[in-house]
Order: sequence, then C-alpha cells, then structure tokens
Amino acid sequence: MIRPLLIKGGRIISPIQGVDETNDLIISDGKILELSNGQAGLSSSDYDVLNAEGLIVCPGFIDFHCHLREPGFEEKETISSGNQAAARGGFTTICCMPNTSPPLDNRAAIDYIKKVAATEGVIRTLPIGCISRGREGKELAEMGELVQAGAIAFSDDGQPLRNSRLMRQAMEYSLAFSLPIIDHCEDTTLSEDGLMNEGIIATRLGLCGIPAAAEESIVARDLALAHLTGAQLHIAHITTEGSVELIRRAKEKGVRVTTEVTPHHLTLTEEKVIGYDTNAKVNPPLRTRRDIIALVQGLKEGVIDIIATDHAPHTENDKLSEFATAPFGISGLETALGSLMSLVHAGELTLAILIAKLTSEPAKIIGNKYGKLGTLGVDTSAEVTIFDPNKEWIVDTSDFASKGKNTPLNGKKLKGKVMATIYQGKLVYKDSSITLKGEQRKA
Amino acid sequence: MGGVRQKDKLAREVKSGMLETTPIWCRHHILDLDDFTPAEIELVLETTDAMKEVLSRSIKKVPTLRGKTVITLFNESSTRTRSSFELAAKNLSADVINLSAQASSAVKGESLVDTLRTFEALGADIVVMRHSHSGAPYIAARHMQANMINAGDGWHAHPTQALLDLYTIREHKISIKGLKVTIIGDIKHSRVARSNIWGLTAMGAEVSVCCPFTLLPAGLDIVGHHFPRVHIEPEIELALRGADVVMTLRLQHERQQSGLLPSIREYVKLYQLTEARLAQAKADAIVLHPGPVNEDIEISLAVAQGPKSVINEQITNGVAVRMALLYLLAGGNRR
Amino acid sequence: MANKVIMTAADIRRTLARIAHEIIESHKSTEHLILIGMRTRGVPLAKRLAANIERFEGALIPVGALDFSLYRDDLFSLDLQPIVKSTDIPIGVSDRVIVLVDDVLYTGRSARAAMDALIDLGRPQAIQLAVLIDRGHRELPIRADYIGKNMPSARDEEIQVHLKEVDGTDEVAIIFRPPVKEENHGGS
Repeated sequence: MIRPLLIKGGRIISPIQGVDETNDLIISDGKILELSNGQAGLSSSDYDVLNAEGLIVCPGFIDFHCHLREPGFEEKETISSGNQAAARGGFTTICCMPNTSPPLDNRAAIDYIKKVAATEGVIRTLPIGCISRGREGKELAEMGELVQAGAIAFSDDGQPLRNSRLMRQAMEYSLAFSLPIIDHCEDTTLSEDGLMNEGIIATRLGLCGIPAAAEESIVARDLALAHLTGAQLHIAHITTEGSVELIRRAKEKGVRVTTEVTPHHLTLTEEKVIGYDTNAKVNPPLRTRRDIIALVQGLKEGVIDIIATDHAPHTENDKLSEFATAPFGISGLETALGSLMSLVHAGELTLAILIAKLTSEPAKIIGNKYGKLGTLGVDTSAEVTIFDPNKEWIVDTSDFASKGKNTPLNGKKLKGKVMATIYQGKLVYKDSSITLKGEQRKA
Repeated sequence: MGGVRQKDKLAREVKSGMLETTPIWCRHHILDLDDFTPAEIELVLETTDAMKEVLSRSIKKVPTLRGKTVITLFNESSTRTRSSFELAAKNLSADVINLSAQASSAVKGESLVDTLRTFEALGADIVVMRHSHSGAPYIAARHMQANMINAGDGWHAHPTQALLDLYTIREHKISIKGLKVTIIGDIKHSRVARSNIWGLTAMGAEVSVCCPFTLLPAGLDIVGHHFPRVHIEPEIELALRGADVVMTLRLQHERQQSGLLPSIREYVKLYQLTEARLAQAKADAIVLHPGPVNEDIEISLAVAQGPKSVINEQITNGVAVRMALLYLLAGGNRR
Repeated sequence: MANKVIMTAADIRRTLARIAHEIIESHKSTEHLILIGMRTRGVPLAKRLAANIERFEGALIPVGALDFSLYRDDLFSLDLQPIVKSTDIPIGVSDRVIVLVDDVLYTGRSARAAMDALIDLGRPQAIQLAVLIDRGHRELPIRADYIGKNMPSARDEEIQVHLKEVDGTDEVAIIFRPPVKEENHGGS
C-alpha cells in the first residue's frame, strides 16, 4: 500500500489539459487525485510530501522510439536496464523497436516482451511489431496477429523498407488496424558504406558520407505512398531541412503523416565526429547547423509532431573500434531532457512545446489502447515527471542505468535534470537530493 | 652542450631569426598534417637535410635511436612505404619489428586497441601504423603511451608522404610559397591528396585539383574553415596551365567497378598526364607521384620516366624524411 | 644574476691568434690538416682559426662543420629535441689530422659524441681538440690539446660565449644560474 503523495508547489505544465500553473498535485492509489491549492481535503490521511518548489511537474515522458535489445542482444541492454534508464530520464512509457533477435514479427515474440516488461520493468513498455516477416523486407508480417498481441505500431526500423511495392501493400493492409507504419527512411544504395553526413567534414576525415538525399528520397516516396493509400505513416528520426520541407507540404495536402526528431539531431552537428569519436556515429547521421535550424522550426510549427530518443545502446567494446567498423547508435534516454533543455534556455523552444512533444503528442499517436497517456487528468494513472529546468549537472556514463554508455555527451555539462519519475503512483526514480517528508497526522 | 645551454641556444636562435617559434616540436604522434604549423614543417624539412647527408655517407647509420624499438603494423599491403620506414629506423640504429595485421587483430576477438597495448607491453617505443580505415590511428593513439606515426589511414591522411613531397618540391623550387600545384586524380579516395593539400597550403602554395566529378569529394567548393581552400578545375589542360608542380595520383581499378567511372579507358583519355598536356605547365615544372605508378594509366610512361619526373627522388627522400620524423618523435622527455 | 665578463672581443682575438700559432707549431706540415667546428659556435671559431693560419702561414686549411646531435647520449632525457643541422665537411676525413673546434669544454660528452660522428665518416689519422674555454668538471677522460683560457667554474655557473657571427658581439661571460632539473652537460 503506497502512501498518497503530495507534490507541493511545483509548476504544473500539462499541454493536453492546457494547464500551466503553480499548484499542488496529489497522487493516491496509483491515480492522480486532484489538482488543488492547499490540501485541506486530505487532512485526515497520512501522506508523503515531495517539495517541488522551483521544479516543473508534467505528465511522464513518452518515448515512441527506442531499442531495448532484448531478446538477442542482452549484453547491450535488457528490458530491465532499459526501463531503469528510461525512468532516470523521466520516461514512463517507452515503445521498443522490433529489431531484436528473434525479431518481433509474431505473437510469441510480442508476448515475451510484455511478460518480461511486466515482471522486470518499472514503467510501461509497449512493443512495436515488424512490418515484414523477419524484417527481411520481402513479405508482410502477420500484422493482425501483432495488433491483437498488443503492438502499437509497425516498423522494420534499423532497416528501411526498400521495396516500394511492399511498402504500399503494408500501408494498405494497415488501414484495417488504424496503427501507424513507421519507416526508417534511407536509400541504402545512396548511403552504402556511409559513416557520417556527407559534406566537408566527411571529406576532411576521409570518411564515406551519407547524403541528405538518402533520407529525403525515401521520405518523398513514403509520403507519396501515404497519399496514395490514405494510410497512417510515421516517419522515424528525420534529420534534414529537406525532409522537414517535404513533410510540411505533405501535411498541407492532408497526408496522414506524423514524424519525430531525436534530441541528438536537434542539438549536435557533424562536427562532433571530428576526432573520430565513435560515440557520435549514428544512423541517420548528425547533420549541419542549417538542418538543426530547420528541425527546430519544424518542431515549433508542428510539422514535427514528437521528440523520440532512438535510444540505441551498444557495449563499450563494440564502440571501441575503428570508426568504419563501430556500430551506429547513441544511448539517449538519460540525457534527453538535459540536452533538449539547451534549446529552451537558448530561447528557441518554449517549455510548453517541449513538454507537449514528449507527452501529449506521442500520446495522440499511440492512442487510448493502453489508457489515457500523456496527461495529469484526474483519475488517470499517475505518471508524472518532475524536473529542475535549471539544475546543472555533468553527464557521467558510469552513473547510467543503461548498459549503453555510448554517448558523445559524456563529461558535458547539461542544464536541466529529471528529479523524480512516478509511474502508476510509484516513485520509480528520484534524484539523491530529493527527500520525501512523511507527514504523520496521527500522534 | 647541455640542456640549459641547448635551451638558451634555441632561444637565441629564435631571436636571431633562425627559427620562428619555440618550442617548435611538442608532438607525441604524427597523425595528420592538418595541425602542423609552417614552423614545424620547416623543422622537419631542415632535419631531413641532415638525414639526407647521413644517407650520402658510406656508413649510413647513426646511433641515435639505439635501444629503441619501432614496430610497424600494416593491415594494407605496401612494400614501398613499409620498407622505407624500416630502413629509416634501422639507419637510426633502432630495432624494427614488422607485423601485418592479418596475423593479429583482423580476426575478431582482438581489437586494434588490444593489439597496440600488447606491443607497448612488449616495449615498443614507436608504432608505425598503416590501416585501411580512416581514423584508426587516432583511436589507437588515444590508448597508447608509445609514439604513433600514421603511415596512411584509409582515405584520410598520409602525413609522411606529404612531407617527403614537400621536401622534394623544395629541393627543386627553393620556396613553396606562391607555387602553383596541380593535383590530378582520385581526390575523393586519396589520403596523399588530402595531406598534401594541408601541407602545401600551410606553406603558402596555391593548389588546384583536377578529376572527374565523381572522384571529387563533397564540400570543396564551399569556403569554410574545416578544409583548406583549393581551386577545382575539371579540364586537365586548364588545370595544368602555369603549374609549377604537377602531382598525379594512382587510379585504383575498383573505381570503375563501383560505378564511379564508365571505364579506365575514358579516364585515360580525359585525365592521363601526357607530354603534350604537361607542356601546358611551366617549362621547369616537376612531376610527382606517390607510387606505385600505373604506367600509361594516370601518367604516360614517357612522362613518368622523363626529365621532369622526380618520382625516384621522392623514394630516396622518403627514407630521409622518415628518419627525421623518428628522430623528432623519439627524443625529448615530454611523456 | 651576476654577470662577469671574462673575455672581451680583444681578448678573444688575441687568444685565437695564439691558438692558431700553437696549431701551426705542433704540426710539421699543414698538408693533412682540417679544422672541423662543432655546431654551433665551434664553426665560426674554426673559420677564424683557419683565417689566422692562412694569415700567419699562407696555408689554406679546409674548414668543416659537424653536427653531432645524432650521437648525443642524452637525447631521451632532454626536454627539447636538439635541432639537427647538417654536417658539412668539404673533403673526406680519412687519413687527415682533424682539429675539432668548440667554444666550451665542460663534461666532455659533446667531444665524445663528435668523435664518434667523425669515426663513422671515415678513419682520421688523428683527432685533436681546440677550445676557447675549458671550464673543468670533466665526466669522461677527455682533454683539449689547445685551450684558450682555463676557467674553473662552479656547476651552478654558466659560461656564455657570444660570437659576432651568431650573436652579434664577441664576449665571454660567467652567469650565475640556480641548478636546473635536467641533465646539464655544459660544454664539450
């Protein structure tokens, strides 16, 4: 029996409810009890108090795109360690991609994820099913079965779906299920052997480049197919000015597309690769300042719907190799908020928009299958993130709960930190400086 | 002459204008020419003069690096560069061990870093590494105490080649400043081109590159601070006009296979350095090639063996330059 | 830092004249003689001695420059790598009588290195050593054949030789310096 929790004096920002005010929040029995000023109503019960003065209180973050590596690559991450990392990052719901081994292309695999998540997870883990059988891009996976098993979307992520005809068929077939097809847009014939963004830095470093066109050409293709079929398309991790423009125009035309951008693509450029830091090796690659400007603008306008981490953990050994042979990926759950806050502090993004992109907007895409997400509404599951927008801290991967220490931000100072994460009324993460004061009403 | 007096000597030499900065050399590794100051390059060239004089003696050996161990680790075959380094080290009385990476780290299980740490434990003082992946020496150097010399990494850098090219050019042209240098060939995949562009522009030369557009790396046309400025001229006759130095690069046959060129034949037609084309350059122009030469492909036999070719000198100078670099790296107490 | 001038330009001129005479005197014939200056200040000294010998005897003695950096025994303990200049000896050293010339003889290590360098170049008939200043504190069994001035000094003192060709003036001074961390080999 968890005691009720009073979150006192925080600035509550819940975009889905249009709330932005300093107030108290009360959680009881795993649910949001009421937003009230002064807790006169609870005078006769025992409760814990979390002093949230100076902190932001918002719905738990939702990550629509991450890699948990289990089953098959447990040395890189497990559902358990991934959950812990998510909690530290302020996430209460994460959606895991099916590029596991075996891939999530059948009921049993989805059930496995759900089972392990239920017993070893600490937050909500939602599975994404494959588009194609085995992620091979040749035949459709049994999407109906995946939906019934609990998948919230379909993707072959890690790989693009190269065969346009199959993509069209997948989109049409998915119409029955009202779930999005997520595509990782990359023309692999253009990006072949590519290791970083194509440009002067790649030239200087002697590394094969991945041109923006590799992403944009498939974004264009997918948008055309979504237009043709009327399917719900979600474009994963866009990174270029050109992609933003394509999606902008498609939305204007009424195409049912949503898209996401990662924290690293919003804050880091290709210059991070100088020195051959394999922790900056990611697919799609870090691009240019000009692309970042377009992505931020896209976020503000709503062209880009959500922020998703694409958390891609790898072992230290994997990353300790020549740039050409190191795997792609950045471990991002635990640095997401801190790095994104740099945009808020620079005045490029408001807190409200940032929080919406992490809460209410992803909730819209996931839908109500798993309850009302991304909200602090009364009687909803108490999934709350509390963060200090101004706290400065130094990233230290040895503190990470994730097995993946592969981030180019190690040692960097960030301003903005998650202080506590609450899932279904339970405190699943709290910073060491947070103490709960138990107020005993009885003698 | 002892330490303090040596320092004073250097300080006084600086004042008397013989050197530009002190201390000039504080390098622990030689990975690329992109951060060499002109003064450092001058120092290398000057030291090479002294080494070349050693090579002209009947006993081509000095005891300078006696007791030091140099390990060469090449995962790309190269008789020329490897033996050049081996000779250089032996001329300085160092002990040399040659290893090909096929024998060790190419097999999964022992990473590059592990291999290098093993060498260090065995007592390697200097590691000379050639690797097919760009950036490999940087990762290695981060995890090593021993000195690292990059003998060529992927497409990225070949600093010792560029230094010997600079030395060869200077022997003929006295000063590199203001020279017009034209580089013809597969710039995109060429570490020789990149390092030469850094070195030549640092010393004040004007560089033009000439090649098919599919072999031109991205971003060169945009002026920025990440890479030196070069002039792009796709027509060979125009590119050669008025050139003081012409550098031809080896064309790999794989380029045609990967679709970057329609055929070798077409490349030869458009880009081979022939005597007729060379006539567009200055009358006293010299021709360089990093070797090995694909005769009658990127360069005609007549030019390669002709009076303007300094290709053989490059090879001799290579040993001297590498001796100079080994000397500069190995000495000093700056660990 | 107390500076004391121990040789003025005039003193140096007279001393070099005397050394030249001594060299002429101790060789029956100057035919096989060659003066080799140890870089850096030994070189102008060797040139001046050769000029003196030419003036006094009418004989033209070849002059060379020797850089012995590559033969030093302290390369790996110095903070700064010595800059190697070229060795420039116009004729072979085999069967010649070499007079090595340097500005200061101190521990003897530089002279040892120079001799090793010369022997790698050929087989001289004999090697002699001429120095402007001998400051004592030998660490090797080396002695000079021709000495300009004996100047016993303490280890924390420094003998500074300035020559017109290198430093703009002619002067030898003693400078007091507190002991430094690295190996101090002093002069030749």
